[in-house]
Order: sequence, then structure tokens, then C-alpha cells
Amino acid sequence: MLKLPIYLDNNATTPLDPRVLEAMMPYLTEVFGNAASRNHPFGWAAEEAVDYAREQIAKLINCDSKEIIFTSGATESDNLGIKGVFEMYSQKGNHVITATTEHKAVLDTCKHIEKLGGRVTYLPVDEKGLVSLADLEAAMTPETILVTIMYGNNETGTIQPIREIAKIAHSHGALFMTDGTQAVGKIPVDVIADGIDIMAFTAHKMYGPKGVGALYVRRKNPRVKVTAQMDGGGHERGMRSGTLNVPGIVGLGKACELARLEMDADTLRLSALRDRLEKELTTLEESYINGSVEHRLPHVTNISFKYVEGEGLMMGVKDLAVSSGSACTSASLEPSYVLKALGLSDDLAHSSLRFGLSRFTTDEQIDYAIGHVKEAVTKLREMSPLWEMFKEGIDLSKIEWAEH
Amino acid sequence: MAYSDKVIDHYSNPRNVGTLDKSKKNVGTGLVGAPECGDVMRLQIEVDEATNTIIDAKFKTFGCGSAIASSSLATEWLKGKSIDEALAIDNMEIVEELALPPVKIHCSVLAEDAIKSAISDYRVKNGLPALELAHH
Repeated sequence: MLKLPIYLDNNATTPLDPRVLEAMMPYLTEVFGNAASRNHPFGWAAEEAVDYAREQIAKLINCDSKEIIFTSGATESDNLGIKGVFEMYSQKGNHVITATTEHKAVLDTCKHIEKLGGRVTYLPVDEKGLVSLADLEAAMTPETILVTIMYGNNETGTIQPIREIAKIAHSHGALFMTDGTQAVGKIPVDVIADGIDIMAFTAHKMYGPKGVGALYVRRKNPRVKVTAQMDGGGHERGMRSGTLNVPGIVGLGKACELARLEMDADTLRLSALRDRLEKELTTLEESYINGSVEHRLPHVTNISFKYVEGEGLMMGVKDLAVSSGSACTSASLEPSYVLKALGLSDDLAHSSLRFGLSRFTTDEQIDYAIGHVKEAVTKLREMSPLWEMFKEGIDLSKIEWAEH
Repeated sequence: MAYSDKVIDHYSNPRNVGTLDKSKKNVGTGLVGAPECGDVMRLQIEVDEATNTIIDAKFKTFGCGSAIASSSLATEWLKGKSIDEALAIDNMEIVEELALPPVKIHCSVLAEDAIKSAISDYRVKNGLPALELAHH
């Protein structure tokens, strides 16, 4: 029996893998020690578990376990990476380069450092969501201390040319940071081969618990330091104080281990499911895939169904948990800034749905989703004055709409 | 967001979806909103000229569930009303009937605009001056 609603919003968060929960359980109950307690077995057991998790994480991204700084999640990691570099390297310069399609955790942090006297360049993206290497090269200055570009986009799944970006940053003496939130655990991320100096990621996007994430901070070639944004007991090599979230860290470690072992199989299965979903849904007239099809996370698709509005569509696909690029629920009525950055018109951005598949998504669920979305789009188009006009051959861009 | 039962009912079983023949002199059409704002409503009325009564009303809406429900409800209310009664429909009545939350009040405003715009179109077609339409 198919259980409804079907969860297809795995870019927002993923369910906890039962194997991760199992690994965490002892640390939520009998092994409760503080990993910083050096004087008794309770502390030692906790520290041992944290060290083991560091190893599991390090193996996934090909770094040294000492290069992992635990945080509360990707937002904190993004803050620590950007603000920490801005403070630590203020002698060298004050210029940071990022892109317009970054997550708010990066964009708003960049806005913050602008208020502190920093200068930030927001690179545009092309219609596939990719930054231009020529633009990046042109934006580099002697004062550039950091280039921060996300690995895979949360709305479209578009994967940036990370290695090429890192090379350009390094050739100008800047550090390269990436927000790896959507990519780590989903596609191979290798901080050495990719040339990543700093990377933010989180457990709950890869079947781990919420409330725990990490910042990778390179220790050699070059040795990178970030100024702590949380003062206190000097945990995590002085870069992030606060008692370690031992069960959460154990969960992140286990999630990384599972991701490493199952990534190839998951990718093969999920990309086939995603492709089938996408192929079927784009048989609907006037449907468009947003973002890059060639450079994309395997479990994501973002599709605009022209002439139907996203929120109305979401209500029509009530048996699915998905996201829309229409922000009609907020007072602003502003559609997704990510889709707009790709050059989508407001009405197409309003008409989009984002599907994020997971390790737990089944063939049966995708079959149901295909039929359900097709039915809803068809029904709403029959109700849409824009669809009727389109069918009559009226050019909607020639109509003088009453803005409100 | 949680929708009220009435919004869900109108969304799932919209009343009076369709198109009236706008070439007819006794049909008034109102088209309000804009695609880039995420909602467009087209509301049409057919008027019995002898009695000045709305005998039929149809809508098509591009928008969220509340926008669809507001226009569906409006067509239900319009049928059988005189032009003057139709002009007296206030958006807050729609808000109350559908229990719209504050962020969805604009949907009711749009429905009221659509009613007035359709009536104005009917008036112009019949040699009367257009209504002064408020722009939201």
C-alpha cells in the first residue's frame, strides 16, 4: 500500500536513516559524557565516539580527521567560514567573491561583512545556473581573500565547476570555500582533488540528524585558520567553542559512512528515477527544466509548468510534499531569487516545482507522482485564463497587465 | 499553510469555471492581476438587460488556492444579483466567508476588482461611462 503524502522534498531535509539512529542511540542514553572531560571514562567514551565520527567524515571527503570542525549545521558553518576568514585575513584584504544563486546562509553572511567594511562581488550565473570562469577571473583583485561558491544548488541541483573555480581563486592567492550542503554525501566530493580550502556541510541532508554540521578547514597547503565566531572553552582547535553534540556527531559520522559505501548504488538508482519522473512530466506541453541538465545532482529536478501558478499547483499535488519557486505564501509575493537569477521570467519562476528524491524513494512513489502532477497541471490549466489565451495564440507579453 | 475547508472545497470543486461569449453585448469581462505577480483572474458576467440582473457568471484563474476559491465564490454570489447588488460586494465578505489569512487578503481584493472590472466592461459596452476602478 502506498502511503500518502509522498515525501519528495529531500533538498529541504531527509529522513533519518534507521542505521544512523541505531548508531546514535547509546549516546543519547548511557554514554552521555562530555567529550571534553579528560578525567574519567564517561568523557573518554564520548571523545572516542567523536574521534571515530571524524574519521568517518574525513574518509567521505578525503581530508584529515583533524580538519573537521563540528558546528550546529550548514548555516553556522557558512557563517563561521565567511566571517572567520574575513576577520582572520583582514590584513591581507577585504574582498569576497560569491554568486547570486547561493543559499541565504551565504548571501546574508556576505551582506553582514559588507556592513563591517568588506567588499563583496556577487557573480551572475548563466541560464543553466553556472558561474562564468571569465567573470570570476575578471572579479579577482589583490584584495580578494575568499571565493565562496556552492557545490550544488539547493533549488535546481546545478553543480558548479568547482575545480576550475578553485584554481582561479588560488592563482590569485585567495582561499576557496564551498557550501557543500547539497553535494556532500550525494556526489563524490574530494577536498584535495577539488582544491577546496573550506567547506560547509550538514548531517540532515544526508539521512543524519538535524542540529549538527561541520566545517572542513584545510590544515596544510595552505594552513587555513578562521576566527572563532563563538567564544568559550576553545573547543575544536579554538575555532568553535561549545560542548560537542556527541549523539549528533555520531549520527553525522554514520551518515557519512553510509553515504560513502552506498553512493554509487544510490546515484545509479536515483538518477534513473529522477530521469523517468522528468521525462514523463516534460511530456506536458510548455514544461521546462530549470538549471543545468548536464551538471546536476542526481536526485533533483526543478520543472516549470507554464500557465499554472506554483502554490495553486502545490495544493493540487497535495499527495506530494514538494517545494515551489513561488513565494506567494510570504507577504512579498516574490518568486525564487535563484530561478530569477537564471533569467526566468517571474511567471515561469512562480510556476515551478522542485522534486528532491532520497534513498527511500521508491518506483511506486514516482509512478504515483507522475500521474498526480500530470492530472493537477491539466486541471489547473483548464482553469487558467493564461492557458486559454496561449491556446488562442494571444501573446501574453503584449497585454498591459494591471500590476497590483 | 493550512487552508480552510471552504477554500479547499472551492479549489477542489470550482463553481462556474469557463468562458462566456465576450462578443455579446450583454456580457462583461474583467481581467485583473498580472502573471508576474502570481495571479490573474478573469471574471465574466452575463446580464439580463430587461431586469438588470446577472443571469450567469464564469471565471478562470491563474493563482494560488485562495485566489481560485475567491473567484469561484464570487461567481456563485453574482448569479441572480442585480448590478447594484453586485457592486456592493466587499472583499472583506469574501475574506470572512473563506476564512482567508492576512497574507491572502489580496486574493479577495483581486476578486472584488474582477467583479467591478466586469461590470465596468458591461457598462461601456452598453454606452454607459466606465466605473472609476481602484487600483491596488
